[in-house]
Amino acid sequence: MELSRTQRNRLTPVQRNYLRLAARHEPRRRIARNMLWAFGTGGGICAIGQGIQFAFMHWAGFDQKTAGNPTVAVMILLSITFTCLGVYDRFAQKAGAGSAVPVTGFANAMCSAALEHRSEGLVLGVGGQLFKVAGPVIVFGTTAAFIFALLRVLIMPLFGGHA
Amino acid sequence: MTRWEQWLDLLANKPMWLMFVLAFVVGGAICLIGQILIDVARLTPAHAMTTLVVAGVALDALNWYEPLIDFAGAGATVPITSFGNALFHGAMSEYHRDGWIGLLTGIFEVTSAGISCAIVFSFLAALLIRPVKN
Repeated sequence: MELSRTQRNRLTPVQRNYLRLAARHEPRRRIARNMLWAFGTGGGICAIGQGIQFAFMHWAGFDQKTAGNPTVAVMILLSITFTCLGVYDRFAQKAGAGSAVPVTGFANAMCSAALEHRSEGLVLGVGGQLFKVAGPVIVFGTTAAFIFALLRVLIMPLFGGHA
Repeated sequence: MTRWEQWLDLLANKPMWLMFVLAFVVGGAICLIGQILIDVARLTPAHAMTTLVVAGVALDALNWYEPLIDFAGAGATVPITSFGNALFHGAMSEYHRDGWIGLLTGIFEVTSAGISCAIVFSFLAALLIRPVKN
């Protein structure tokens, strides 16, 4: 069981003891093998993305910059298809971060949440839980983007530069 | 041409096979960093993802992410770090066009394709698909 530091600090002594006991019996992580899988599968997904991008540039008349959006859209569509077929989650078991870090993992997290909570209804289940896993990424990304942009706008003119 | 100049020439006008190799290596390396954050630094996957997104924002704020995209193509645009890069990029480009309000209106300008796409298709999937009980 993976807990964050905030969650760990809130545990009672009994719960802490149990975590320690559970940690002793946890199978050892095969770090080298996980890293190899993450590199290979993550790189593979990016290479597929490169292929889709070339296809858009070659046949649909996009250029290097504008091909990015349709490429991401197609990869999300593929990821959601494979999530619905149940293939992506089995692949994710092995690939670890290699399947989670590319944009396909983001779509997989949202689609899994939607399917998982479908039985609770469309509004409270699907609508309410859609961002359960993907939410932190959007919240932190948006806040960080605002703060960094503000800092850059405020600081760059001090050095005589342009923001 | 010396061998060194040949390498520089290859990198300057990359043939198609080299773009695939670079996308594979750079994209794989970013995923490798994510795996290290989970396995070695012992972060939860959610913490690892947020760390990578904030790193993408910070790299773009330093003007380092765009050169990476020019270098590695999809290897830099497919991983989640490019989501942070796109958020920051939207905010800055609207700031240059519309002034201060652009910092807020521009954040989702570039990423809206990805987010809308994921929301719409996930919802449709939940409408159409019944999970198999096992």
